[in-house]
Amino acid sequence: MEHVNLVHNIPFFSIFIAMFSGIITPLVKNGKIAHKIHMIMVLIVMIMSAILLMNVVKNGESFTFMMGHFPAPWGNELRAGPLEALMALTFSVVMFLTVTGGIEFIYHDVVPEKQSFYFIMMNAIFGGMLSLIYTNDIFTAYVFIEIITIASCALIMAKGTAQAMVGTTHYLVISLLGSGLVLLGICILYSITGHLLFPQIKESVMQLFQSGEYSFPLLVVTGFMFIGIAIKSALFPFHSMLPGAYQSAVPTSSGILSGLVLKSYIILGIKLIYSVFSVDVMLNLKILDILFVFGLAGMVMGSVYAMRETRMKRMLAYSSVAQIGYIYMGIGMASRIGMVAACFHILAHAVTKSMLFLCCGSMVETCGNKEQIYYLRGAGLRNPLAGIGFTVGALSMVGVPLFVGFISKLYFATASIYAPGKMAAVLIVLGISMILNALYFLPSVIAIWTPVKKEGEEAKKAVISPAFGVCIVLFILINIGMGIFYRPFISIIEMGISLLQ
Amino acid sequence: MSHLLINYYEAASVILFGIGFMNLLLQNNLIKKFIGLNIMDTAVYLFLAAKGYIFGRVAPILTNGVIDADYYINPVPAGLVLTGIVVSVSVTAFSLALVQRLYKHYGTLNMDEIMKLSREREGE
Amino acid sequence: MNEKKTFWQHLQAWVNGEEAILHADEYIKKREQPHQKRWIKKPNMQRIKENKGLYWFLCVLVSLVFITIMLLVVSHLPTFGQPINPTNNEVMERYLEKGIEETGAINFVAGMILDYRAFDTFGESNVLFLAVISVLILLKRDKKNINAREDRETEEDERFDRSDHKSILKIGAKYLSPVVILYGIYVVLNGHLSPGGGFSGGSIIGAGLILYAAANGHEAMRRFFTFKTFTLISVGCLLTYCGCKSYSFFTGANHVGYEIPKGIPGNILSSGFILPLNICVGLIVACTMYGFYALFTKGDM
Repeated sequence: MEHVNLVHNIPFFSIFIAMFSGIITPLVKNGKIAHKIHMIMVLIVMIMSAILLMNVVKNGESFTFMMGHFPAPWGNELRAGPLEALMALTFSVVMFLTVTGGIEFIYHDVVPEKQSFYFIMMNAIFGGMLSLIYTNDIFTAYVFIEIITIASCALIMAKGTAQAMVGTTHYLVISLLGSGLVLLGICILYSITGHLLFPQIKESVMQLFQSGEYSFPLLVVTGFMFIGIAIKSALFPFHSMLPGAYQSAVPTSSGILSGLVLKSYIILGIKLIYSVFSVDVMLNLKILDILFVFGLAGMVMGSVYAMRETRMKRMLAYSSVAQIGYIYMGIGMASRIGMVAACFHILAHAVTKSMLFLCCGSMVETCGNKEQIYYLRGAGLRNPLAGIGFTVGALSMVGVPLFVGFISKLYFATASIYAPGKMAAVLIVLGISMILNALYFLPSVIAIWTPVKKEGEEAKKAVISPAFGVCIVLFILINIGMGIFYRPFISIIEMGISLLQ
Repeated sequence: MSHLLINYYEAASVILFGIGFMNLLLQNNLIKKFIGLNIMDTAVYLFLAAKGYIFGRVAPILTNGVIDADYYINPVPAGLVLTGIVVSVSVTAFSLALVQRLYKHYGTLNMDEIMKLSREREGE
Repeated sequence: MNEKKTFWQHLQAWVNGEEAILHADEYIKKREQPHQKRWIKKPNMQRIKENKGLYWFLCVLVSLVFITIMLLVVSHLPTFGQPINPTNNEVMERYLEKGIEETGAINFVAGMILDYRAFDTFGESNVLFLAVISVLILLKRDKKNINAREDRETEEDERFDRSDHKSILKIGAKYLSPVVILYGIYVVLNGHLSPGGGFSGGSIIGAGLILYAAANGHEAMRRFFTFKTFTLISVGCLLTYCGCKSYSFFTGANHVGYEIPKGIPGNILSSGFILPLNICVGLIVACTMYGFYALFTKGDM
């Protein structure tokens, strides 16, 4: 019997624990117990991911894990390295804090007998995201993309209002279009390469690229898969599904969907770039340039839409569109450091946007469920913790030093130096976008700290649960901590990306 | 062009995909929209099934005790189609349930009207 | 509003599926009451449609461009049905030549989806499970999803089920549904030997259950199939699946001892985990199909 390396089993165990807890949850009728199961599951995954991260960073290795008895071209495979482990760790931390902090919203908005179903969806979406992070097989990626699609739609419509249904329909149609394109791309790719696993496809793609055979199908396949992923991750022209869905969903769902789910598709895209199509082919096919242009457009247009919006949740949704644009810009720069900046921005946005949605939900609740920024005046004074959280998040999104958002913008600017021909565009759009960010975030921050006197009605202090308070404080600490001690994250991401190639 | 005539299964599936796509974009009735989506999915399965076929070979189930890769067609696309069909069934059920719920609330299946009504109610 | 409908309106109602509803005229009249405004707003709607001309044009253009690109791709793809195509490579060879030896299944597709690439199939069963849970969240009656008219309709349906009005259906179902279910069981159990398997057999069993429920009403169904049964069967099967596959993945990946007797290929009791997995999948699919039917018609199980 050979030596069993338990650390290498962690990706497999994380996915299966998440799925397992999703499967057993219907036996539980009570939402509180379902929440406990979910919490324990995420905690276990968090600890395991931390162990995995320490191990792969210490050894500087990445490894593949055989799912079953059959080696690579025949069986499924998982793959883990520093980048994957870091993403899994961040996702589980954000998931834990968001669900724990936003648990009151779930109890309040979801009908009691359906709360346990809500947690099934949470577990499934978490398992799906872990699979997208770890997978090394293109068809597994498709199956889990569909799991995430169904689960995220269920998370949006769990509130049960008619508005939520309309938002879900919109979200569903557009994401199905995206996954249809991804599936078509997978089929054509299979028909010209004959493989479904990343390393083997990469080999065939390199051969096809050098021999010039099937060059047109290869171009179309790459285009389809990245358009599909762009649709699913709401890159600028395909963003129309976000505002309606996030506005009508439970704030916790909005936080998870905006902070994590969109990012999981982007991580799949990054894995595809490095381990399937390889950067050279992508550059040659000009796909990366197209992503770059749409990223730039998204950065500006998302902010412009956000400025015109008067409702806070929709504003945050449009802000997500702008931030996704940043990430695609980083990917499109096609340099190592651009990709590092993009990955760091994934982390930064995940940590920040979930907190913003939670704080926004809490403040909206304080102000009698009216979301217009006009009605939210003085919310920060009545609900100080949410106000502080929102302010920190806004400052981080704008890119004020000390906060995490600043670091990623700094790295984007640095990366532009290494991207010949794109430097001017990056710097100009980055500047414009930061000004626009400030223009839409600061008025709302000022609004929530403006004292407002209402005649006849005593301004009552909001009652916030201790869980919410602890989670927001932790979010703020993580935000500032990552903004100051960002070096280790950058070096882990760099190591991960060089191992991915 | 002559290649298109030989690859007529793939050509047909691609045209079907386009029809489904057009349906998805143009139809206002929600159920017809989702039928368009289904057509798209089915087109992909036709494409895959065509990819698996090889002239003169039999289905991938042991026949006459022959164990030889040159005797059977490719089993991989069959497995992928199976997975795809199950996913499509689930998504269709989910979307139809959504449509039923929307119909109960708004009394119409027209997407434009639903959007308008929802905007009106939101404005109140 | 005129009482008589023109032929065109009839056709329109039929295309929109309203004609099929019992007492369609009354129903449509009732439905149109809250929408009186529509007559006033009609010109407005017309204008929206006209503005949509550009949208239509763009959509058609996009689709046509799409079809053209795809046709070009197809004309570059490998020729149909040739043995030298890239898809017919060593992956397929091993599935076909060593499949029986390594999985014990005569049906190579079953061997592939339940042994070589079982992780995908695990994801797939989870998709089904999630779909039925989401439909449950959407359609199960609760305080946000309740409607007096529907309750009345359900009551009428149940009264109708108890009456003798559909004797043809009842007698037909009485003789047909056991046969259908039996055939489904056959297809599930022979999944590794012949065409079929968990998914196809499961949907046949589901069809049998739906036939029975349609003939005898939900009351009769509830005597042996309630929401609790549904949960127990689905969860139990998925857990078995999860357990079997975790065991086989864990032992396979770590190269520790793993010996599931493969049996003699061709026997019912052969091919290791494939038979139990097929049964699990079949049960999940059957429950899911019936669950969809029950939830869509009645909003409960």
